[in-house]
Amino acid sequence: MTTTYSFGVEPISCHAWNKNCTELAISPNSSDVQVFRFKNGRWDMYDVLTEHEQHVTSIDWAPESNRIVTCGADRNAYVWTLNGSKWKPTLVILRINRAATCVKWSPLETKFAVGSGARLISVCYFEQENNWWVSKHIKKPLRSTVTSIDWHPNNVLIAAGSSDFKARVFSGYIKELDEKPASTPWGKKMTLGQLMAEFSNGGGGWVHSVSFSSSGNKLAWVGHDSCLSVVDASRDMLMASIKTEYLPFLSCLWVTENSIVAAGHDCLPVVFCHDDNGNLSFVERLDIKTEKAVGKFSAKAIFQSMDKRGEREGTGSDQDTLHQNAITQVAVHSGTRDTVSKISTSGIDGQLILWDFKALESQIANLKIV
Amino acid sequence: MSIATTSTKFRSVDVDQYNEDNYQDEQTEDTSTSGPDENQVNQLLNMGKNVEALQLALKNPPLGTKNQAVKDRAIALVTRVLLSFKSSEIEKAVGTLDKDTTDVLMKYIYRGFENPVDGSSGLLLTWHEKVFASAGVGSIVRVLTDRKRV
Repeated sequence: MTTTYSFGVEPISCHAWNKNCTELAISPNSSDVQVFRFKNGRWDMYDVLTEHEQHVTSIDWAPESNRIVTCGADRNAYVWTLNGSKWKPTLVILRINRAATCVKWSPLETKFAVGSGARLISVCYFEQENNWWVSKHIKKPLRSTVTSIDWHPNNVLIAAGSSDFKARVFSGYIKELDEKPASTPWGKKMTLGQLMAEFSNGGGGWVHSVSFSSSGNKLAWVGHDSCLSVVDASRDMLMASIKTEYLPFLSCLWVTENSIVAAGHDCLPVVFCHDDNGNLSFVERLDIKTEKAVGKFSAKAIFQSMDKRGEREGTGSDQDTLHQNAITQVAVHSGTRDTVSKISTSGIDGQLILWDFKALESQIANLKIV
Repeated sequence: MSIATTSTKFRSVDVDQYNEDNYQDEQTEDTSTSGPDENQVNQLLNMGKNVEALQLALKNPPLGTKNQAVKDRAIALVTRVLLSFKSSEIEKAVGTLDKDTTDVLMKYIYRGFENPVDGSSGLLLTWHEKVFASAGVGSIVRVLTDRKRV
């Protein structure tokens, strides 16, 4: 089953949920972030965060410490803490000379990583003595804008997708903060900025989104060449890539250890399965075409629509998917990282839609989330 | 006013080459795939075996090479094979190809559009329609985004 919330006509650039999904932060394609609380079946806006001077490009909400981090095209990031019922900003100097594109809290919420158009990733952590957020840079060998970031569950490794057509895994180890991490299938040496692995699926296409699976052993990315690729570190970096027949995806997310949901320019979320033998396959689309309720065949209705809207066939200009325009972000709503039960998608049509897997599995014949 | 103010030569300067941050596309030359085997394809065509000729012609596309002559030979060969089909046979032929070969075929179709010969565009449009029905918009997106051009 799906629940649709509409937030006006402006595109939703990005959204983030708080810990128990009672509060939601969205940016309506502007420099503001609106924070809502769910009350009486509606979303009530109780605060607007207005510190950014240019578009907000990404929001992330730390569930345990209840802090919001936002980054924007004004080359800044702010960490917001709740003060009573208002959010108070703290500026983080990222030392970048281009826009910030994406931000993510680390799993333990001690630091966050910001990708930017300055061809570098800023890893920021709070220094107690100076009461200040410090940022460290990861530069080499990024050759173009970092479009998306995801953290590995071990709180150290960062995956970055970039518009130089590659997906990479870096180490974001901060020696002031982290203990020495145990070695992972991605590599042993983990100094800050160490490139652990670099992948390309052979085609072109900017990487739009990267995602680590809940175990951290698999990395999935979607690119502008309409491909979804997965690399499995526990199987010696075995890469599987699927060339889809859809328009390019803009966002992807692991919902179990073997299932990925991707969504993008085709306005609907699609489920793929990466099984234990390393084979990647298409499962099903989450948005099943509903037959538009065509009423009685009425000559009057046809001529009326021809007159009012200049339409020949009475189909209207609506898309037959739930989202009326591209989906820009897929996020976890309910469930744990390794068994997501609900996801949320937001798009350029100003809608935020929740997809419940249990209900969808019973509704859609071929859908099985393994 | 002096003459210098009317000079517009600066408009033709390529500023991107002076930008240090400019992305340099490192495409190493890959001569391993050097185009389909012409003699064999011609033989199959003469025997009337279009479908096999097509499959052979789409093997080893010269994607990695920078040698324009190799690419031109390949596209001329493939266009000849494509034009030898009748409209009714196209759908079956497309059905015999696998995913990767279909993407290569789509690349050749678009290249064929670039250099039309007499009557080719019409038939190529039919090819395009059948390949699109089989591989979806994704194949067209891959033609546009793949930096390895045929």
